[in-house]
Amino acid sequence: MQQETEQTKAARPALQMKGITKRFGSFTALNQVDLSVNTGEVHALLGENGAGKSTLMNCLFGMYGQYDGEIYWQGEPVRITDSQTAIRKGIGMVHQHFMLIPVMTVIENVVLGMTDNHWVLDLKAAARRFTELSQTYHLALDPWAKVEQLSVGQQQRLEILKSLYRHARLLILDEPTAVLTPEEVDGLFEIIDRLKAEGHTVIFISHKLNEVMKICDRCTILRNGSVAATLSISQVRNRETLARLMVGNETDLDLHETDCHLGSQALLEVKQLSCRGDYGQLICKQLSFAIRPGEILGICGVDGNGQRELVECLTGLRQAESGQYLLGGRELLNCDARQLLKSGVSHIPEDRLKYGLAPGMSLEENLILADYKRSDFARHGWLRSGRIRRQAMALCQRFGVRFSSLKQPAAELSGGNQQKLVAARELDRQPRLLIAVHPSRGLDVGAARFVQNAILSMKRKGTAILYIAGELDEVMEMSDRILVMYEGQFMGQQARANYDRTQIGLMMAGTPIS
Amino acid sequence: MEGILNTLTNFISADVRTAVPLLLCALGLVFSERAGIVNIAAEGLMLIAAVSAAIGSAYFGPWGGALLAAISGLAGALIFTFFTITLRANQIVVGTAFNIFAAGLSVTLNRRFLADVTVTGYPLRAIPGLSQLPFVGDLFFNWQLLVYLTFLGVPLLQFVLYRSNLGLKIRASGEQPRACDSVGIKVNRVRTGVVLFSGILAGLAGSYVSLGQASTFIEGMVAGKGFMALAVCVFGNYTPVGAMGAALLFGAADALKYRLLTTELGSYYQFLNMLPYLITIISLMLLSHRSNKPAASGKPYIKE
Amino acid sequence: MNQNAKQFRFKSELKQLLLPLFSLVLALALGYLTMLLMGYDAAKAYQSLWQGIFGSRNAIAESLVQTTPLIFTAISYALTYKAGLINLGGEGQLYIGAVWGSVLGSRLSGIPVWLHWILIFAAAFAGGAIWGAISGLLKVRFKASELITTIMLNYIALEWVSFCVTNLPFKDQTAGAAPRMPTVVDNVKLSLLLPKTRLHSGFILALLVLLIYYLFMWKTTKGFELRVNGQNPNAALYAGMPVKHNAVLAFALAGGTAGLGGIINILGLQYFLTEGFASGLGFSGVAVALLGNSQPLGILLAAFLFGALNAGGIRMQTAAAVPSAMISMIQGIIIFFAVSPYLLSWIGTQLISGRNRHNLSLQNQLPPESAQLAMTTDRGKSDPEKSR
Repeated sequence: MQQETEQTKAARPALQMKGITKRFGSFTALNQVDLSVNTGEVHALLGENGAGKSTLMNCLFGMYGQYDGEIYWQGEPVRITDSQTAIRKGIGMVHQHFMLIPVMTVIENVVLGMTDNHWVLDLKAAARRFTELSQTYHLALDPWAKVEQLSVGQQQRLEILKSLYRHARLLILDEPTAVLTPEEVDGLFEIIDRLKAEGHTVIFISHKLNEVMKICDRCTILRNGSVAATLSISQVRNRETLARLMVGNETDLDLHETDCHLGSQALLEVKQLSCRGDYGQLICKQLSFAIRPGEILGICGVDGNGQRELVECLTGLRQAESGQYLLGGRELLNCDARQLLKSGVSHIPEDRLKYGLAPGMSLEENLILADYKRSDFARHGWLRSGRIRRQAMALCQRFGVRFSSLKQPAAELSGGNQQKLVAARELDRQPRLLIAVHPSRGLDVGAARFVQNAILSMKRKGTAILYIAGELDEVMEMSDRILVMYEGQFMGQQARANYDRTQIGLMMAGTPIS
Repeated sequence: MEGILNTLTNFISADVRTAVPLLLCALGLVFSERAGIVNIAAEGLMLIAAVSAAIGSAYFGPWGGALLAAISGLAGALIFTFFTITLRANQIVVGTAFNIFAAGLSVTLNRRFLADVTVTGYPLRAIPGLSQLPFVGDLFFNWQLLVYLTFLGVPLLQFVLYRSNLGLKIRASGEQPRACDSVGIKVNRVRTGVVLFSGILAGLAGSYVSLGQASTFIEGMVAGKGFMALAVCVFGNYTPVGAMGAALLFGAADALKYRLLTTELGSYYQFLNMLPYLITIISLMLLSHRSNKPAASGKPYIKE
Repeated sequence: MNQNAKQFRFKSELKQLLLPLFSLVLALALGYLTMLLMGYDAAKAYQSLWQGIFGSRNAIAESLVQTTPLIFTAISYALTYKAGLINLGGEGQLYIGAVWGSVLGSRLSGIPVWLHWILIFAAAFAGGAIWGAISGLLKVRFKASELITTIMLNYIALEWVSFCVTNLPFKDQTAGAAPRMPTVVDNVKLSLLLPKTRLHSGFILALLVLLIYYLFMWKTTKGFELRVNGQNPNAALYAGMPVKHNAVLAFALAGGTAGLGGIINILGLQYFLTEGFASGLGFSGVAVALLGNSQPLGILLAAFLFGALNAGGIRMQTAAAVPSAMISMIQGIIIFFAVSPYLLSWIGTQLISGRNRHNLSLQNQLPPESAQLAMTTDRGKSDPEKSR
């Protein structure tokens, strides 16, 4: 019986996208992509970073003015050039970066852009409807709270409710679990089940296999902007099949041998370090750890648990409240960024465009960004252009940065080449301590490998390395030891010899394990 | 007693007279700032409008002046939006260019059309009944039409900004344009509309300079009032009611100057002239940390 | 690689020139149209404009005379702009510098002239620098928007000048005629470059300051720091640069340069300070810097263009009876177009889209790298105040 209803559902595609192509300049982000989603199913869109998942969904939601190809919604051909059209058709999207306005209230965010609320805002009536709706889906949320006061999980619920309030029948969730704790993820999965039970269709964008296996009915796998396969999850025997489809044939996972000779004495010692966040809350609580020369210490945890602030303290971008920060025995706590650079601390920042580069300045100038005062490059306050040029040429060649001129602005390079530029600069400084944050974010496999290998070569030279990345797999692959951070504290650590995903997962969710 | 009352009356009416063009222009700026547009072209808009108003009034009477001022404000704002929104040029840079352009245009227009004509100012409109009240009657109910409209506009615009669907869209466009786009709001259309509206208000404000405060146009008579309006908008924390308070305070500083001119401090009147500018700077020092300044202020929105 | 590099530089230099030239032509055309509409003899106006710029030895000299102060105020804007700050206060800084300079210039005598010059220039630089540094301090200390404080300080400076020319101890007490400050002593007046014209050696000083601006911004570590801050304030923090200190320094240097411009106009041209002697020079300087893309050579060319238009405008007013204010209008229009990098591609889009409006947008017409540049620099420029 159950079987039959599912069969009939399957016969009615809610959405079909045919031959979707999207170009940005000369870069083809999507190439002839077909996608068919049935009514009432949870359909996964699986792929690596940059495979085109978000781009495809942004096309569907009208975030780009134009695209090539056809979209059929409930069997009718539609052309979606703006999000208003998509919303009117009953499509809702929860973006990876929430589309909320922090200084406004929940209910203001909900009614924003609604056309049935003509001239004068009737927020009270809207709040009543909103409360009813949130009770139906068991998603309690105070309509009068300011969004900036909500937790990330609550903001995500708000985004879902925002779509439901607009009578969405199809919900697109773009990497919804990326910002959640495992506990919150379970909550989200319950919500998705409930949505499905109410007859909604869900497109679930992810690159996490276990999540897809757990809650999805079918999945479409994208690779480099094309469809690699569309499968029913029930047909999938093991996740390795999915993994291979997702990453292609490249499955060489072992990057380095564990038994690199580590020094015996700690090079970096951090003791009882505490600092406050942007809003004055205590965000790092008495953190202590040490790194030996040649050791890579990975820190993992869900974004927003204090990792960023810890790095800022260690790089002189934030004042610490208390604690000790010893590098080779020297106290560096609350030294400014300049002194830290001089003491041999290198930093590959989380966002290369936000911190690591001056986009409009030339490659050679970007390559001396941290060391412009060193006697090689400057004398009596004057820059030595000849040496700077030679240095730049050498570094670009050594790190394989592809460029047309050293005078070219860094902004003109591709993302991968920009990251290589930052890595080249930071690694060439022969640091004693390297702090690498998301060093492979947004890079293709080749460039990511390159940067990771470069970091490993520093390990061999005896640099102490603090490695922070969003992907657990990446941290596990690179590190000799992992510390798990949760709400500003370490939940526990594991050595490479006995990594245990389940335990790390538990720690990330806030269960301390000694 | 009589003397004090008189002094007070004069003081308040001088205050209002100075405050009106600042407030009128600032009301428009509050809206465009809230939508994410920094419009330092306000100075130039007022300048062109002041000369247009004088021309309109000379040839078609005060109403013609008001109409021409509003139209010139609108036209100027159209130029501004074309460059800043359509062509995404830097708003401050275009504003500066516009002010240079306006300085040239206003003088040219003045020499060409106002050489030997007489300009009629806005007439006073006493409100029947109310204006007969002792003391307050003359003070509050015997002004030009534009003055009543300006002050009536304050609560109205406050309501629009905070209690209407449109106001919500405007505020959201200045905070998080991408979020607006995701719910189907045409951010650049909202911004264009708001700048055009502020252009009309700046135009009317300019007309009050030439037709309300005086009955003539003098080159350079706007003398930084557009910039002052920008300061009023910031000092008023980007709300219409706040702008009213700020404008009246600036007006009071100006009125105080005229009071002091007759005393022995008069020969130092330049220092009194500095007062409004100093107040603005001090207010910026004190208020910048709890400001309603929109997050996306001054940044063009580019749809991907 | 080398060949590539040369091609790259040539292409980008050509691109930099194309838009300003196009803007100039467009602005002159619009000016022509406006004059026709207003019933002026536009052809005669432009003819006399040309005469006023290049028509004679004196005309050329006059153009350079007008160019000189613009170079200073343009640097004043450009230096802060390159450092990621906005300085609309060039005029106020110029006036304050001129006041300080002329106080010294009219008082001291009996000291060697070179010493006197040094003192005058130092005083003018210091006056402008302090005036500029106020905005810098207000910004780093109180987060007060420099956009507004510089404008407000302009007006305060104007009032101060107005006070100085009418009140003791600053005013000129000899004539008792028009309000002004005393005339500078004869031996500090700058010599003429071309006899029987007004072209004074201040022009050479302007070129020298421009050269210093270039060397400082592009060849020293301090200049490097300022430019990094202008490109991406977060990167400056990341590299451990003293960001706040640099903001004040940039404003001080900018103000000082404007102050020098003020006193040089006094020593070379006016010989005494009157109210409004530099009216409009501040904002014109902004325009010049924008047109010249804040590059030294660009500033020189743009300052000459604006100076020449100003000089020609005066001739235009006398010979063709067209108000010289028309020139400001044309200058405004030049800037409108010159600061709109998407202008050319937009026009292209409009021309093509007659047929096929729906499938095209501005974005699609952009070459990819410039689109990327536009977006990244936007992000780079993200509010420095919010960065911490």
